[in-house]
Amino acid sequence: MSTQNNNVSSEIMIQLKGVNKWYGEFHVLKDIDLSVSKGERIVVCGPSGSGKSTMIRCLNRLEEHQQGQILVGKTELTNDIKNIETIRREVGMVFQHFNLFPHLTVLENCCLAPIWVRKVPRKDAEATAMKYLERVKIPDQAYKYPGQLSGGQQQRVAIARSLCMNPEVMLFDEPTSALDPEMIKEVLDVMIELAHEGMTMICVTHEMGFAKTVANRVIFMDGGQIIEENNPHEFFDNPQSERTQLFLSQILAH
Amino acid sequence: MIVNDNKIPDMPPPASTVGAVGWLRKNLFSSWANSILTVVVGYIVISNLIPLIDWVFLTSDWLGDSREDCTSGGACWVFITVRLEQFIYGFYPESEYWRINTIFVMLAGLIAALIFEGTPKKGWLGAFTLLIFPIIAFYLLYGGAFDLEVVETHKWGGLSLTLVLACVGIVASLPFGVLLALGRRSNMPIVRSLSTAFIEIWRGVPLISVLFMASVMLPLFVSGETSMDKLLRALIGITMFQSAYMAEVIRGGLQAIPKGQYEAAMALGLNYWKSMGLIILPQALKLMIPGIVNTFIALFKDTSLVLIIGLFDLLAIVQAALSDPKWLGYSVEGYVFVAFVFWIFCFSMSRYSQALERKLHTGHGAR
Ligand SMILES: Nc1ncnc2c1ncn2[C@@H]1O[C@H](COP(=O)(O)OP(=O)(O)OP(=O)(O)O)[C@@H](O)[C@H]1O
Ligand SMILES: [Mg+2]
Repeated sequence: MSTQNNNVSSEIMIQLKGVNKWYGEFHVLKDIDLSVSKGERIVVCGPSGSGKSTMIRCLNRLEEHQQGQILVGKTELTNDIKNIETIRREVGMVFQHFNLFPHLTVLENCCLAPIWVRKVPRKDAEATAMKYLERVKIPDQAYKYPGQLSGGQQQRVAIARSLCMNPEVMLFDEPTSALDPEMIKEVLDVMIELAHEGMTMICVTHEMGFAKTVANRVIFMDGGQIIEENNPHEFFDNPQSERTQLFLSQILAH
Repeated sequence: MIVNDNKIPDMPPPASTVGAVGWLRKNLFSSWANSILTVVVGYIVISNLIPLIDWVFLTSDWLGDSREDCTSGGACWVFITVRLEQFIYGFYPESEYWRINTIFVMLAGLIAALIFEGTPKKGWLGAFTLLIFPIIAFYLLYGGAFDLEVVETHKWGGLSLTLVLACVGIVASLPFGVLLALGRRSNMPIVRSLSTAFIEIWRGVPLISVLFMASVMLPLFVSGETSMDKLLRALIGITMFQSAYMAEVIRGGLQAIPKGQYEAAMALGLNYWKSMGLIILPQALKLMIPGIVNTFIALFKDTSLVLIIGLFDLLAIVQAALSDPKWLGYSVEGYVFVAFVFWIFCFSMSRYSQALERKLHTGHGAR
């Protein structure tokens, strides 16, 4: 299926098998099957309320699935807190609203988890943090508080903060949809660079330009199901299902 | 085209808008109604203030050793000055006053160092104040170690007892309050219901009855010989009662922290206690400073209720002194003194909390 298979290995990074989830009576995720190889970049799209966030939040147990199997690396997500903590160490997540810690400086935001979770010495953690802050092009903001930064800068700090944990996979939940148009590009550039370095990424986004440039696969969700899954070229030019066609015509209309 | 070549020199603003006159006109006499209000309120304040100042300072007596020295007709502060030692130290043996003084000086020094901006290693100093200092203070006060004579708690009294009650209550109720608040928000049903029940029971009864139960009922249940110290029972009662209040203040602060903060902490792999200790509580405590200090102030004043179980805190000991036949009729002086001492402590706490809020606010940037 995929065309842009540069540096995608056959090693499976994430696997969902028959995953189902309910909020009370409401069936949010229906029989989700998905497997993501190391180095793959997946873009997930779909209408509001279709379960995109719920699905990727299940991958690091911010939400609990009730049926089926989720494997991250070789670890299965169960109620075992050990497994959950192992997986969270290896999976980075970037949120729509950044969720930086406002009482800590940018540098402290980045060092906190390496120091307290990975037990890295403070000096090394700070050196790593500065390296990643340089990668996202804001080393000069290291000693500021998040409240003093623009939205785009905050989101880049959030990406750097996740990278400092040296994760195997990065999850993005609409990382640019809370940003003003002129800041979207600076965040997308960072993400594109990350993709070129071979990071395994699952990204919920409606930035179709981004999907076309970096994704190996685009997944379309509606009503809690994966409706269509294809390489970006086929997905945009030749959508198979009616719902996908309708969705694409709506988001490409403006 | 317009060209303006004559430079206008800087002029002072019109006199009617600045300076004392301007301020008066703007704030006190801006309209007829305002002027009348100013005059009436001013009259009431001044007509009461003059006799008060007269009573407190001008016609009062400060020095002497019996009521015969109070001749000026105003307040008889001799009553206070003569018994000041008792009001401060209670029935503590005079030869051991230095022990209480040492604690006062140490505590004052530690608090000053903690408030002072430039103190290095504040974290360690704070930990010392909260963890080590109470142990030192206990052995100094109670004795029984380092060759210090034991001073039974029934000899403790006055301001020093009030401060013991307040400090122990404050230092102990905060961690208990945090635990109870976290418990009430826990996902585990048993922890949650136990915490909720604890909070609701203690919050629902008056402190007086808690103290009564601690002093009268508890000995009935706790078997025979192992009688627990009365002060200790009062301290436990006060701590339980205040932790319940504290828990609700803290829960309020926790609720104000957005869900995204918890999620970000979890997503980074921080476990429950680390996310609470490093991310959630530091932010929540900052929001809760006014509420926490409010509870502390209430606690400080509530300590005076221990007089009903026969402990002689500052208020009780002054009251006892009032019933001394040699000093009958000086109750106003006694109560004014007690009120003033309480006010000094509570007002200092209030000022400190405001300073702390300002400092944390500027330090943490907007958002
Ligand atoms: N905690 C919750 N309790 C109950 N229902 C929820 C909860 N969270 C989400 N839902 C519902 O589950 C559905 C899927 O939500 P989800 O956030 O995954 O959608 P989404 O595809 O990410 O949408 P969006 O594009 O708006 O972010 C929605 O209908 C939502 O109302
Ligand atoms: Mg969403």
